[in-house]
Amino acid sequence: MKHAIKAEEAAAMVPDGASVLIGGFMAVGSPHRLIDALVARGARDLTIIANDTAMPGKGIGKLISAGAARKVIASHIGLNPETQAQMIAGTLEVELVPQGTLVERIRAGGTGLGGVLTPTGIGTLVAEGKEVIEVDGRPFLLERPIHADVALIASRQADYVGNLDYSLTAHNFNPIMALAATLVIAEPQVIVPVGVIPPDAVKTPGILVDHILAREV
Amino acid sequence: MDAKELIARRVALEVKPNTLVNLGIGLPSLVANFLPKDVHVFFQAENGVIGLGSRPEEGMEDPDLTDAGGSFVTAVPGAASIDSAMSFGLIRGGHLDMTVLGGLQVDARGYLANWMVPGKMVPGMGGAMDLVAGARRVVVAMIHSAKGEPKLVTECSLPLTAMRRVDLVVTDLAVIAPTDAGLELRERAPGVDVDTILAATGAPLIIPGGSAGTVPEMRLA
Repeated sequence: MKHAIKAEEAAAMVPDGASVLIGGFMAVGSPHRLIDALVARGARDLTIIANDTAMPGKGIGKLISAGAARKVIASHIGLNPETQAQMIAGTLEVELVPQGTLVERIRAGGTGLGGVLTPTGIGTLVAEGKEVIEVDGRPFLLERPIHADVALIASRQADYVGNLDYSLTAHNFNPIMALAATLVIAEPQVIVPVGVIPPDAVKTPGILVDHILAREV
Repeated sequence: MDAKELIARRVALEVKPNTLVNLGIGLPSLVANFLPKDVHVFFQAENGVIGLGSRPEEGMEDPDLTDAGGSFVTAVPGAASIDSAMSFGLIRGGHLDMTVLGGLQVDARGYLANWMVPGKMVPGMGGAMDLVAGARRVVVAMIHSAKGEPKLVTECSLPLTAMRRVDLVVTDLAVIAPTDAGLELRERAPGVDVDTILAATGAPLIIPGGSAGTVPEMRLA
């Protein structure tokens, strides 16, 4: 069983300089209270791995505005001018990765695979410096796994075993990221007694989750 | 009818019943408005839903249900919510019948550039590279020229989205099909003559039958 922890306690477990997977797609399905706590702690030099950097004042955009990131690995930064400004100013390194490749790299990192072979990016800037491997006459890019120090994920429900389920388009990267970090902290919308989430509905088994964030009181 | 509506009405005719279709944000998303009532399709939003519905009424939004542009949407009966690995597995795995995407340039090889303008706009490719690499059919919906510059060119000067020939390009002036021999002019927009199209195009166009008089007017939904 896991005891729910407070947001400040969670933020204290994410050291400066850590690599952090953060769930969400344009701030939908992002762990908002964990993000706020990281901003409040004044986290610095993070490598943020996420689908996107949302927009200023929302979701991961708050961490960008606070200058908490040294590097971002994402598929899209187009709706956050601050990410682009920091990138142009040279204070933020940005690695752009096709969305499907990003999620598969994280899945590979979390499931013990040495990488993935994808047709996406062949013949484009994404292929630069990467190995091309032919399988049955078709070229694929070798994309390397991603594993991070911490994953901060958002779910709909959690129980005290750490089992999680998700809502609609708030799944996105969350279930995959739960596999791919040394420390996994989940921010559920509600915490329910063990047994309330039926086994068939569990999308992230509790053994993957180290901590769940307590409800706000 | 404005240029975007014209394009959307023409692209709508490309949508086949009982298929899985992904519409890009912006102009491509308008296509959903012009589907014939009897054509049932599932729309995919790559952020994680199959069976995307229309916008919810005000006050009935679900903060956990948006499209890939971040706008609130609904889900139709029979919809499925999926994570990003499943979503892109469907896209790359040949399960997505068609995608409609915007374009910055399409060249004589049928290659699309639509994700960055070096030094000016670096938004990231999002899901575009996977969609072009993986969808069974790729339709580009775009305005024919940008600030007087042709967007159909001999060879893309902007970074490519994929090294894959797109299947059809629909603009406010014409319908063009990339082929082995080059870009083929299939249809012209209502009231637009072939010379106007040729003048606005930066790549050679093949005119089937060889005569401008044989290019039919665009069909519209």
